[in-house]
Amino acid sequence: MSEAMLDTPLDPALDPTLDPMNNATNPVEPFLRMDRMPHIWCPGCGIGTTVNCFARALESSKLDLNKVAIVSGIGCTGRVAGYANLDSFHTTHGRAIPFATGLKLSNPELQVVVYSGDGDLFAIGGNHFIHAARRNMDIKVICVNNLTYAMTGGQTGPATPTEVISATSPYGVFEPSFNLVQLAEAAGASYVARWTTYHVKQLARSMEEVLHKKGFCFIEVLSPCPTLYQRRNKMGDGLDAMKFYKEVSKVRNGASTGECALTKSGEIVVGKFVDRDRPDYMELLNRQMTATLGERYATPEVTCSEG
Amino acid sequence: MHADPKGVLTGVHFLDGDHACCEGTLAAGARFAAGYPITPSTEVVERFAWRIPTVGGIFIQMEDELAASIAIQGAVWGGAKAFTVTSGPGFSLMMEHIGYAAITETPCVFVNVQRGGPSTGLPTLPAQADMMQAKWGSHGDYSIIALCPNSPQECFDLTVTGFNLAEEFRVPVMMMLDECVGHMTEKVIIPESDQIAITPRRFTHESPEEFRLFKPKEDLVPDMVKAGDGYRFHVTGLTHDERGYPSMNVETQDRLVRRMQDKLKPFSNGRALFEAVDLDDAEVVVVSYGITSRVAQRATQMARAQGVRAGIFRIISAWPFPEQHIRDLAGRVKAFVVPELNLGQMVHEVERHTAGRAKVISVPHAGGSVHKPEVILKAILEAAR
Repeated sequence: MSEAMLDTPLDPALDPTLDPMNNATNPVEPFLRMDRMPHIWCPGCGIGTTVNCFARALESSKLDLNKVAIVSGIGCTGRVAGYANLDSFHTTHGRAIPFATGLKLSNPELQVVVYSGDGDLFAIGGNHFIHAARRNMDIKVICVNNLTYAMTGGQTGPATPTEVISATSPYGVFEPSFNLVQLAEAAGASYVARWTTYHVKQLARSMEEVLHKKGFCFIEVLSPCPTLYQRRNKMGDGLDAMKFYKEVSKVRNGASTGECALTKSGEIVVGKFVDRDRPDYMELLNRQMTATLGERYATPEVTCSEG
Repeated sequence: MHADPKGVLTGVHFLDGDHACCEGTLAAGARFAAGYPITPSTEVVERFAWRIPTVGGIFIQMEDELAASIAIQGAVWGGAKAFTVTSGPGFSLMMEHIGYAAITETPCVFVNVQRGGPSTGLPTLPAQADMMQAKWGSHGDYSIIALCPNSPQECFDLTVTGFNLAEEFRVPVMMMLDECVGHMTEKVIIPESDQIAITPRRFTHESPEEFRLFKPKEDLVPDMVKAGDGYRFHVTGLTHDERGYPSMNVETQDRLVRRMQDKLKPFSNGRALFEAVDLDDAEVVVVSYGITSRVAQRATQMARAQGVRAGIFRIISAWPFPEQHIRDLAGRVKAFVVPELNLGQMVHEVERHTAGRAKVISVPHAGGSVHKPEVILKAILEAAR
């Protein structure tokens, strides 16, 4: 991603597109289904920020957008697919990854991005996550982690830190939570990074990076939920969340993921933690079949033809 | 359109039902399968895993049936013909995605080799107790097609038919085998590829600007696209409008749910698949399907030998239920006898469409083996009295 792009000024005086009275189109509009606006997300929610980063990453990636597909599960982040101006799939709860697996294997020229939330990907969908990482399936998983089930009213999830008050933990969470980046690395992901919605430049850069990286890639984005998470925990509004992220985040690229666990108010280690090259599923499949079957092996041609 | 010869194993074979079903998927053009091991169905994908690398396609063993049943739908939207295979407990897990296939109108095939239940039940022994689950198992109102082969030959033939129907109506199709049919070995004739008719996917000819993903054609079925072709379409399990966009209102829900049901009406009214044996003069008709129909055949022969005019109406397409045929028969026969390897499932449909105009006698069996012909014969003789 070009620095010029990342440095888009946020001052309407410097950038007329930011002036609400100006009818010029927003630069990310071509990447969105504008006929579906306004979106459903609350004021102060961070999901829109991640989508903005994703749109900018798509633009700077120079990928043919007809060959990029986005798959979401269920929840607030599950709605991202519906707003992206791409071939998009809003699947069932937790199943975005296995859907994406079928999509990618049947149509390998697609770049398949899974965009979903922490509850969807790591509770109901947790098994699919670790197996796709194990296989090094060539899909890119972006997890917007707001530390709660927001769509259903702010219940405890697998990433909710202890001591947090939630709709289903009115006396405080006592279950240990997952360290998502450590889980991703242990399961075999080729690329693992974590950012917050305060780190928009770094996030957009990571997203662009994974769009050009082979294998199972994982980006965790910490994102505020003022309506259901912060309010219950007296953590202020969306702006307070930005201040909090700014204050407690420490950029440590290459940090050991085992030391990146999250707590309610402690340090948030951000950065790119893993970037390694492992053969992906299709490469392993082709290698094995060629070694075993030689010329009898027929390269998969999965799509069916018209009449 | 005819079958792609690459997938067709033309010749005379000695195959069990599971393997014949696998050959049917290949002949039908399926080039993607996802599965999870479960007795007594695994042989279908074991053979697919063995065959597909030289045909050109993908088999992936997923982490569970939830994953398998949605991976195939990802593959379909990527452009593939795809299927999964399971039995009772796995079929229960797949219900979520049978509903997803129904509302997203994703053509795909679910093979269920039925075993005794509930729960883990009788893993290696037959039952026909998932018949209602096939129709009603996922939440909400929706319609599917279910086919019941009674021989390995039919496992081949009907699997091809099942894929064709899935493409024509854009519904999930259930292949409702049972353990006996899945594991019995018989002669299976696989024709030349140019003798196998294939229904192509209904890919749209409209441009991305004019195309609407869920705008129905005259037959109430919308045309389709695949990812990567520039249509920038949206698929959701939420109630959606013709564009595919979520729309949370009563009118959209009514239009969508009714259309999903109505598009299959041709199947219960005229195009239902069945086999009629000795119905012309029948006073008692045995209504059966799958392995039970083969026991019923012996029982009706025994009844005829004793002077009772018995016939067979063999259900091949169980869903939508062939209601018109039962209604027509009900007006001219004395009784229906309905043996099935469950405690009474399809018999309720027979009763419903008979509407009191003939006796309906259930011959239940809890599963684990097949009926003795004498048990069905006894019911026929009672019915004829």
